[in-house]
Amino acid sequence: MKSYKKGPHPRARGPDIRGAGNIMHRFANPNRFMRLSQRAVPWFAALTVVLLAAGLYLALVASPADYQQGETVRIMYVHVPSAWMAMFCYSGMAAAAAVGMIWKHPLADLAAKSTAPIGACFTFLALLTGSLWGKPMWGAWWVWDARLTSVLVLFFLYLGYIALNNAFDDPARGAKASSILVLVGFVNVPIIKFSVDWWNTLHQPASIARVEGPAIHASMLWPLLVMAAGFTTYYLWVLLVRMRGEIVAGKIRALRLRQVHGL
Amino acid sequence: MTDFVGRQLVCVRGGRVVFADLGFRVEAGGALVLAGPNGSGKSSLLRLMAGLAHPAGGVLAWGGEDVAGDPATHRARVHYVGHLDAVKPDLTVAENLVFWAALRGGSDGAGARTRTALEAFGIPHLADVPGRYLSAGQRRRLNLARILAAPAPLWLLDEPKTALDTDAAGRVDAAVASHRAEGGMVVMSMHGGSLPEGAVVLDLAAFNAGLEAVGC
Amino acid sequence: MLNPLLILIRRDLRLAVRQGMDSMMALVFFVLAVVLFPFGVGPEANVLARIAAGVIWVAALLASMLALERLFQADYEDGSLELLVLAPVPMEVVVAAKIAAHWLTTGLPLMAAAPLLAVLLGMEAGGFAGLLAALALGTPSLSLIGAVGAALILGSRRGGVLLSLLILPLYIPVLIFGVAAVDAAAGGYALQPHLLVLTGLLLAALALAPWAAAAALRQAVE
Repeated sequence: MKSYKKGPHPRARGPDIRGAGNIMHRFANPNRFMRLSQRAVPWFAALTVVLLAAGLYLALVASPADYQQGETVRIMYVHVPSAWMAMFCYSGMAAAAAVGMIWKHPLADLAAKSTAPIGACFTFLALLTGSLWGKPMWGAWWVWDARLTSVLVLFFLYLGYIALNNAFDDPARGAKASSILVLVGFVNVPIIKFSVDWWNTLHQPASIARVEGPAIHASMLWPLLVMAAGFTTYYLWVLLVRMRGEIVAGKIRALRLRQVHGL
Repeated sequence: MTDFVGRQLVCVRGGRVVFADLGFRVEAGGALVLAGPNGSGKSSLLRLMAGLAHPAGGVLAWGGEDVAGDPATHRARVHYVGHLDAVKPDLTVAENLVFWAALRGGSDGAGARTRTALEAFGIPHLADVPGRYLSAGQRRRLNLARILAAPAPLWLLDEPKTALDTDAAGRVDAAVASHRAEGGMVVMSMHGGSLPEGAVVLDLAAFNAGLEAVGC
Repeated sequence: MLNPLLILIRRDLRLAVRQGMDSMMALVFFVLAVVLFPFGVGPEANVLARIAAGVIWVAALLASMLALERLFQADYEDGSLELLVLAPVPMEVVVAAKIAAHWLTTGLPLMAAAPLLAVLLGMEAGGFAGLLAALALGTPSLSLIGAVGAALILGSRRGGVLLSLLILPLYIPVLIFGVAAVDAAAGGYALQPHLLVLTGLLLAALALAPWAAAAALRQAVE
């Protein structure tokens, strides 16, 4: 009978470059993002420098020492924003993963992937400063305090995400698998937090001082908020730089594939 | 009349556009043969048709309705034979086949359908042999027998004659012919060999070229 | 839906029986891991009795995870998984069946061996009922949560190590309440609240895990 060399559909005449170009634009050529992010990066960098400089001055010089904890209270100005950012980054990853899964937006997957190492660093910083703070407070580098333990578990969740994302030869597979993981993890975070709190009250004597007191004086609150703002702009700055890097790496990968397939 | 149509399909694998703007049409009783060199996307197209993968662009329609709208119904009308034979080494040939026959067609009469299918592919004498002892050709026969053990209108066969001798290849042709005679559709990729009667050939190489002009 | 579920469970159980020793490896690991502890912490009866619940639970966690690595791997490698995805059965049902079969071949033997190990470690007699009840409610949760990880690692490099990193943090709530239930029972406190929390965890896992694992499997064969 009849034999087609190109396409049995009357209008399908082999590859239509313009038609395919539209589709390509969506997943491989985020030029708009590259243009906009290039303009935004210096602003975020400048904001970060200004906020962190102001925050550090307020925290280390202008704010008073605590009447109980003395100078060691200044660790808080790094510890607390780090812990906030650790949670914020994980929530951000979950949101980005959901957007990536539902609307298949490639930038969302990139944002989740690029956030993970930053979030893991914030988490590590929170653990490290918590431990440094613990030594003078509790007399030990590590105490199985509910908060610190939850942050430690969060750190492992970050590591799992990063490991899964990098475990596949095809980056698209890694993005999809780790998106599912971060959503499962996000559902579990409150459950883990609840059980760790509960476990802690069961096993710890109540006499151990909480890291953060219930009330905080305005002279300490302002430096804390400025530092938190500085951490946030730092995150956005590094996020944009990392996403740009990922996009460039994707282009290199595409060039390599083209070499392999001889196109 | 029922038909299976693809329009302006785009397939992306591992960040690479495998083919773009591809179209095809299979009618009831029709056969479509996919041709093209290695890497031209024959397997990828079959996986798109099966619903294992999703096209980056374009539409697959069954009887005018987009299959993405009701994937469960589409799965029920597809038989897919890929490169892997899905034979469990610890189950006998009959147990392997009865499982798939029962899962797709219900437990009732699965045993009888299994026997007929094994006979059609010339391996009824192996029914009690565990899968681990089968040769590559026998495993492939068993995998092909699976599509006879439970009926489905659309057969998607990826290089079905790999590892088969002339006897078995003839049995595949016979199965395809009788399936089409009953109004079934067959899409298969193949390297050489004789085309099924009245088959339409779709050369995928025509949809690969020129893609370097696109994108980044 | 019930019929495909039974067909799938029967097939996995038959495979497990045919593989014999392979399916019992998790149980052997469980016993061995628990037996190592007296060598590590010394044979003092009161110390062992004090940590018995925790040791048994941690070993059960690890043993359950060890068996999970193969949950979808064999089907993935031989092409069966693609055909299961294409079967006219919701993927969630397929996942539920495989998890059920996994629990019957690992969770149940672990439960059977646990009282024996509790005797070895000299656990308080009152803790036995708590241990069994907690394992009965906890090990299905472990299988469910673990199935998500087992589905996610398909096709990855270094599946096994990766699985532990993904799954163990998510096991923490089950561990905490599982051990608390045993300790409460051994100490003569009310067992019920802990069992209720474990039931809650099980129901949450039952509602979420098959769905997430099915999504993971679909993208694994894509």
